[in-house]
Formats: sequence, structure tokens, C-alpha cells
Amino acid sequence: MKANGITNILVVGIGGQGVMTASEILAQAARAQGYDVKKTEVAGMAQRGGVVTSHVRFGARVYAPGFGVGQGHVLVGFEPAEAMRWRHYLTAEGIALVNTQRIPPPVVSTGLHPYPDDPIGAMRDAGTRVRAFDAGSIARDLGDARMVNTVMMGAIADHLPFAPDVLKEIIVEGFRARKPKVAELNGLAFDAGRKAAHAAG
Amino acid sequence: MNVVTKSPSNTALLLSGNEAVARAAWESGVAVASAYPGTPSTEILEAISAYAEVRANWAPNEKVALEIAIGASLAGARALAAMKHVGLNVASDALMSQTLAGVAGGLVLAVADDVGLSSSQNEQDSRYWGRFAHLPILEPCDSREAYELTRRAFALSEEYGCPVILRLTTAVCHVKSLAEVGRREEHPAGGFARDPSRYVLVPANARRRLPVQQERDRRLRALSASGELFRIEEGSDARVGFITSGPAYLYVKECFPEAPVFKMALTHPLPVEAIREFTAEVGTAVVVEETEPLVETELRAAGVPVRGKDLLPAVGELTPPVLRPAVAPLLGGAAAAAPATPAQVFPRPPTLCVGCPHLSAYYCLSRLHKQTIIAGDIGCYTLGAGHPWNALDTTTCMGASMGMALGLDLGRGETDKDKGVIAVIGDSTFLHMGMQGLLALAYNRANVTVLILNNDATGMTGGQEHPGTGKDLRGQPAPRVDLAAICRALGVRDERIHVLDPYEMPTFFKVLKQEVATPEPSVVITTRPCTLTSVFQRRPPYTVVDDACTGCGNCLNAGCPAISVTRRETERTRGGKEVVRSYVAIDTMACTGCSLCAEACGPGAIQLAAQE
Repeated sequence: MKANGITNILVVGIGGQGVMTASEILAQAARAQGYDVKKTEVAGMAQRGGVVTSHVRFGARVYAPGFGVGQGHVLVGFEPAEAMRWRHYLTAEGIALVNTQRIPPPVVSTGLHPYPDDPIGAMRDAGTRVRAFDAGSIARDLGDARMVNTVMMGAIADHLPFAPDVLKEIIVEGFRARKPKVAELNGLAFDAGRKAAHAAG
Repeated sequence: MNVVTKSPSNTALLLSGNEAVARAAWESGVAVASAYPGTPSTEILEAISAYAEVRANWAPNEKVALEIAIGASLAGARALAAMKHVGLNVASDALMSQTLAGVAGGLVLAVADDVGLSSSQNEQDSRYWGRFAHLPILEPCDSREAYELTRRAFALSEEYGCPVILRLTTAVCHVKSLAEVGRREEHPAGGFARDPSRYVLVPANARRRLPVQQERDRRLRALSASGELFRIEEGSDARVGFITSGPAYLYVKECFPEAPVFKMALTHPLPVEAIREFTAEVGTAVVVEETEPLVETELRAAGVPVRGKDLLPAVGELTPPVLRPAVAPLLGGAAAAAPATPAQVFPRPPTLCVGCPHLSAYYCLSRLHKQTIIAGDIGCYTLGAGHPWNALDTTTCMGASMGMALGLDLGRGETDKDKGVIAVIGDSTFLHMGMQGLLALAYNRANVTVLILNNDATGMTGGQEHPGTGKDLRGQPAPRVDLAAICRALGVRDERIHVLDPYEMPTFFKVLKQEVATPEPSVVITTRPCTLTSVFQRRPPYTVVDDACTGCGNCLNAGCPAISVTRRETERTRGGKEVVRSYVAIDTMACTGCSLCAEACGPGAIQLAAQE
């Protein structure tokens, strides 16, 4: 990993999917491990169904809040075409964890632009390591489609420079404080995401 | 949960720059804070509203916000006004005069430049206002500095008797990083000290204040030269030295960790002589600033040998991918390796939400667009310029739609003589800067139809309250302005004012068409709230009856993101023409039941979904 001791994560998706929540959890986990952290946010126009990205960087000392093409260690894609769009931000050794649930925008629905036939295949052909799985149905099978975010967090857990349980603990504790009823369920969603990412490898 | 307020002092928090400014303002004993929402500054007031000690409020526009802060300052209290870059254009009238009179309680003006235009109509460099208004400019680079410099700004404001401009950019406002926080120090209001010779700016008084301002300029230059607000970071590789401020400093450190850096917190007035000395110690001195070459130009004028915008762009963020290759030639480096090529993927532009009440308005406008000119405004409804509606002809600034519509009406040429002119504006924008435009329309008996898309929220910035929502910044009940009554009071005839439900699309379309054809000022006001607000109520969702769908694609013209094409077929009509049929489905999980698509559907294939 990490030539200068800094981990670069790019979380991508669409407004409303929970990209910001995911990057916030990653940043809080890194902070709890004693790292210096920077995390980018978006607001305003981009949130209206547009592309949403968030950079999370942590290490001993982080200067720039974002990173450039070819510098990402992990790409978390909430949507396959979005993962494909941002693939080139990964280093040659980087890994992409991708939810295969497609969300075509109106410009695709109305036939102005085609949706890529096989975004995951295209990423692999371009030399990217990809772990792809249907996080949406995993969440639904567990009883709540809104847990996609937690499933994705589980998937990334084995690709961070700290123990998977650190991330899980932060997520479950977060729910315990706000929505205690679903805390345990989110723990299961986290484990299921971890397992799915392994199985997809 | 609110980490900003609940956290004790001396803890390092992961804060956005906006949250850091709010926390520091509260700690500085701020009593009054005012703003109008605007990306990327909005969260400053949202965060500060969590502190019970602060009288925080949304003002109808930035000029009023600044005037509120000025008034509080004259009462001897510490005050904060926050706004986005273009907001300061609106507030500038107050700023340019109050700078002469000065302040009593500390007054900080936080202005956020949208460098890179994430959600703005232009990209402008607010540091010009420091030069224009003879005011100090502080430029933090991250949350820690935003916190420290906000605290410093209040002290400086009182020490120098003037407002202090805290210049933020998107990369400060919307980046979270660690900042150590402290505790609040109370600053009880000192009381209003009556002094008409200072605060009543008639020419004779204003003239007497000019030498005071010049003396303040001199003192600020001495502060700048003192070295309190800049630092020099030594470097082992002095082939290139950097003069920088704000987030650009972070990019310099990221790219050239071994280079000497002259890092400024105060960028107006400039510490010219200290920079001159710095440049003598390095091979080439490069000014790295976002966005315009202000520092560079002043240094060049003083004969300091620097480079800057001959190497670097004067637009956008100077992030490492921009900065590194631009400076590489000075270090004898080869041009950067060709970056990996991005994959070709469809665009995903921002669009109106599922069930957005504006969908109906734009569906109707797109059907009238051939015979009309549509002047737009600033807000979510600016998205009506996009696919599939393409129903906006202009967007300039807050409130411009109506004045421009009047001009389009008065200035029309032969080719436009039969066209209708429509102005489209939102409720929050109307109350911000739109009312004067409508006054002009009514007063001048314009042939213009005004469409006020009233969704009970300041939508684009995240659904903030305003004087038309009946709630204040903290969500408490507040007097609710009556938009129709305002229009009447401004001179629009009662018969020409219509308050309509946009979800009743056929009626809405009929009335809009009728008003466009009526040659006098008219107003149509919509009534449905933004779908992202808590007052919005979902209705039972719709579904497509597959057998009944003829693939005509009419529903797609509504532009609702919940409708997607399931299959496309090319057919030949009886007349021999080739047509593409688009068969559709509705995502019932996403559908809010607005019924617009059902109203647009000829064959009645869109029906209420069976309830589970």
C-alpha cells in the first residue's frame, strides 16, 4: 500500500445513496485510530441526482483534502457505472468494491445515452481488481433495503490498515445511539457485506 | 447528535470548515449571527443555530444579513454575517459605506468563494473586496485554521475598529479535518454609543472618516509586516519557493514538501517587504493563489520578482494534479506521465427529484417554450434548463428573472412580437431579490407572466426556512408572509394572480397558457412543498399497466427520475414513418404519487399501484 503512509479512499455514487454517510464513518474510524484525517463533502447542485464523490485520506499528516488520478487505494462504488467512471483514480494495485445495483439516470432512460453493457467487466479489462456484489439484495434479504451502506462498509473492512472490527464497532455503536432497534441488524449487514466481498474475490 | 455543540473544550473534532467557523464564533462570544443560505457557506449558520446563546437568523438576503450584523456590532455585541461569494455582491452597498464608519463590537464577515463552481453561476475572488473596502482579509486553509482565524478575526475587528473578512473557499467549507476546540468567552454587549458624527454618513461626516480609514490602512500594514500573521517554512530544496495562502498552501505542501514556503493567514494588506526578503533566498518565487492574481500583481507592482499565473491557471482549484505539472519545468522535471484515461460513461447531470412540484411546471413550460421567452432565476428550478424540459432561456443572478423579463418585453424586436415572456422564480429567491423586479413589472404594465414556484423552502441549499415558510432558522413558528398578498400590494391586479396546485397539471397548464396570452402583468403561484422537506407528504404510488402502455413516451417528458424505459422498439406507422416506442416502468419505491405522469399518459396506462 501507501508510499507516503497515507491511505486514499474514494467513495462514489449518486445523490441520496449515502456516499457522505459512508465517508463520514470511514473518517471517524480513521480518527479513532489516531490518524490525521481529511474528507471532502459536496452540497448544493450535485446532490440533485448527480454524481457524488467523497475523498477520504488518512495517515500521519494529511495536507491536500483530495487526491488525483492513479492515487486511490480503495474505490467504494455504490453504483456500477459510477465505479467505472472513477476507476482510473485507483493505483495499479488498488481495489474496487462495487454494488452491482444499476441506477440509470433520465438521460439513459430516455435513450440519449446508453448504459454500459458490462461496467464491471470493463473495469476488469482495464486492469482493475474488482469485488462486485449485489449489496441491495443483501440488504433486502436481511429485511431493510436502507442497509446498503452498512453492507458496503462491511465490504471495505478487510482493505483498511486497521482491524475490521474497528469499523463495525463504530457503525453498530452509531446505530445503538440513534436507532437501537436496528443496531444488531446492521451488525449482520456488515458481516454479510464482508462475506460477499470475500466471495466475489 | 451535534458534535459541534456538545463536545467539551480541548478536544480535537472532525469538523468541516463551516462548523469550525461556527464553533469559533460561538467561543468568541458572538451574540448575533445572520445569513442567507448559499453553497458553500450554508452550514455556518445551521451549525451556529445549535448554540442557544447566539441570536441566529436567516435574513431574506445577504445585504440584510450584513446590516443585521452591523446593527448588532453598533449595539456593542459581537456579530457574524455569512454568505457565499455572490452574496457579498448583494451586501456590498452596506459594506462599502460601513467600512468608513467602522464597528463597535467585533464584526466578522465570512464569505465563501465557490472555487471550481460546484453550485454557482460564476467564480469570483472575494479578496478584491478587501482592497476595495480597505478591510483585512484572513484566509484559512483548513478547519483548524478556520477555527483559529475566526477567533483572531473578532479580536482584530475590535482592535482596528472595522469589519474583518474571513475568506473561505469550497475546499475549506466542505472539507472535514481535525480542529481542537476551546470554551466560550462571554462578550456582553457594550451598549450603543450614540455618535452621529460617525454613524450618520452624510458627506461632511463621511469626509471626516476618510483620514481615519487611511490611518487604519497604515496600522493594518504594520500588523501585516509584524509577522504575526505569516510564517516562513524553511525547505531543503530552495530551487523554487512558494508564496501562498488558503487551501493552495495544502496543495503546495502535498506536491513540494521540501520547498521553502511563505504562508500567509492575512493576505490583505500584504507583507511586501518580508516577501521580498523571502524571494531573495530562493531560486524562483512562485505565488500560488486561488483564483485571481491579486497577491502576484501587488508584488510585481512593488518590484518583487515573482511568477504566478504565467505558470498556473487563474480559474479553479490549484490541486496537485494542476499544480505539480505547472511547476515541474522550474525543477527541471519532465512533463508528468500521461494520466490513466477515464472510461467513457454517460453523463449524470443533476436533475429535479422524484415527485418534485417543479416537474409539472417545467412539463408545461416545455410545451409553451416555442411561443415564449423564459427568463429564469437561481435555485433548483434552474435545473429546468436541462433534459428533458430545456425550458429556460436565461439565468443570471438572484432575482434577475423579472427585471430581465421586463427588458425582454420592452426591448422586443419584430421576430419576438407575438411571443409571450415568462419569468420563473422560486419563493425564497422571490423574497431575496425578486420583489423589486415584480414591482417594476407591475409599475411599467409589462406583458409578462411571472411563475413563482413556491415550494416552501430554500430548496437547492437543502430546504432551509425563509419568511414564506412560517418557521425560523431553528424551526420555531414565525410570521408567514403571504406571497399572493405581496403581489397584490406590488400592483398586480387581483384577477391576474392565481394560486394553483401544480399536481393538478391540466388546470395549471390551462391557466398558465391563458395568462401568457393576457397582455398585462400576471402571476401564477404554486402550492406544493419541496419533496425533501419534513412537511412534504407522500401519496400512494403509481405503476404502469404493461398491456396498456403504447410506448408513446409522453410520461418521459415529465422528467421524473422514477420513470425508466424497460424496452425500446422501432415501429413503422400506417403512414410508413418509423417511430421509436419506449415502454416504461415506474419505481414504486421511489414514486411519491404526484400523478403528473398519469396526467401526461394518453392511453391511461399509469394507474395507482395496488397497496400491499
